[in-house]
Amino acid sequence: MKKGWKETPIRGIILEAGSAHEYSTGGWRKLKPVFDRTKCIDCMFCWVFCPDSAVIVEKGKMIGFDLEHCKGCGICAMECPDKVKAITMVEEEKEKK
Amino acid sequence: MAAEAKIKCSVGLTGNSAVAYAMKQINPDVVAAYPITPSTTIVEEFSGYVADGKVDTEFVTVESEHSAMSACIGASAAGARVMTATSSQGLALMWEMLYIASGMRLPIVMTCVNRALSAPLNIHCDHSDSMGARDSGWIQLYSETVQEAYDNVIQAVRIAEQENILLPVMVCLDGFITSHSIENLCLLDDDVIKKFIGEYKPSQPSLLDVDHPTTYGAVALPDSYMEARRQQAEAMTLSKDVIINAAKDFEKISGRSYGLMEKYRMDDADAAIVILNSAAGTTKVAVDEMRNKGLKVGLLKPRVFRPFPYIEMAEALKNVKVIGVLDRADSYTSFGGPLFTEIRSSLYELDKRPKIINRIFGLGGRDYGVKDSLAVFEELLKIKDMGKIDKVYDYISVRE
Ligand code: SF4
Ligand code: SF4
Repeated sequence: MKKGWKETPIRGIILEAGSAHEYSTGGWRKLKPVFDRTKCIDCMFCWVFCPDSAVIVEKGKMIGFDLEHCKGCGICAMECPDKVKAITMVEEEKEKK
Repeated sequence: MAAEAKIKCSVGLTGNSAVAYAMKQINPDVVAAYPITPSTTIVEEFSGYVADGKVDTEFVTVESEHSAMSACIGASAAGARVMTATSSQGLALMWEMLYIASGMRLPIVMTCVNRALSAPLNIHCDHSDSMGARDSGWIQLYSETVQEAYDNVIQAVRIAEQENILLPVMVCLDGFITSHSIENLCLLDDDVIKKFIGEYKPSQPSLLDVDHPTTYGAVALPDSYMEARRQQAEAMTLSKDVIINAAKDFEKISGRSYGLMEKYRMDDADAAIVILNSAAGTTKVAVDEMRNKGLKVGLLKPRVFRPFPYIEMAEALKNVKVIGVLDRADSYTSFGGPLFTEIRSSLYELDKRPKIINRIFGLGGRDYGVKDSLAVFEELLKIKDMGKIDKVYDYISVRE
């Protein structure tokens, strides 16, 4: 049960940090980024440019996407250097089939 | 210290100088403003206090009123005590931000020096500006005189910052008529004001509280928006008592008493004019003239327009036979101005409702003299005798 108006913090403020993490935006996606590890040079462009912090990096290596939060905007695929092109955007539905 | 030493009386100041002086005494953390006639000299004089090191205020000059209110909102969300001033088109340009200030429950205090809205372009007094903002969630206090403007600004800070209120407050005074006229008034001591308003300590973490990071101004979808609005409505309802209590405490330090409204010779009045701001002063002269002739007339001057004190309004008017509500703004409903429709609605619960008419006056600074006031009283008394109303809604002092 969500809080009633008397219990809700006033001002519409959110009192916890990082609460956006609990809000799944992955369902908005039409195109999905697909990543080819063999082409990746770990330049981190995708990580820097992703507006949703949906690029997962571990120990300096790009390892994939957080599809709960990736909205499928394609910025990562666009910014991935032309000579490697390690990310391609594919239609969510087609990929599933 | 003797009481006289605490109150400096017979100081001659214009309305704007008095407001600027009150702001100096309040010493807010941030003032962000953009000049507009007739409120300009408030900010101009206040910037002088900043330049002379008389206040600790961070003075933010911006490129428009939209930005002025935006900067006020940011500063207030960061936990600062914030003030500003504007008029007319400036207030209109702030429109979208007015709702954000109230929706985010930011206790900003703004003086609105009432001026007509364009078109036609006009710099003189009417209440179209603040009346247009009446549904923006701001508390609105109206001031008849320079003294009242000064006193209202000080009380506004206290009202806005109450923990159960946290709403922005707009203090209104008439452009040029009050803002640029010199009146004698009593000023309070800095220390007395400091004690009266206290220190502003936001109860919730502010934007600059890095140990308790919070998000202000986040989206609220259909599952949560309405709760925030419900809270805002509650704060507005509760603010009535806060305004009354602030006035009681203010009386202790100033000797001047305020309430939700002022009743002038209303006790046995058959006919009454309801009117805001400086025109109430003119009307008082007319009331006295009529009373000298043995005619039972009175005046009701609302001080608080938001929240609208509908119970007290009905109580104050219930024994009057004919009421003339004079609006210095029109709502273009073809039915009446904003003050009229709300007062008329307040009377609905009465078993025996007075007759009531609306007259629009003084738009764009059109003069409202004692003779105009007397003419309205005569019309009201005629309605009382005839028992019928010819025109509920009309304009006065307009060339036919
Ligand atoms: S598609 Fe957009 S949201 Fe998804 S990972 Fe790439 S940049 Fe981020
Ligand atoms: S932009 Fe391309 S190459 Fe660079 S880290 Fe991301 S996927 Fe790898």
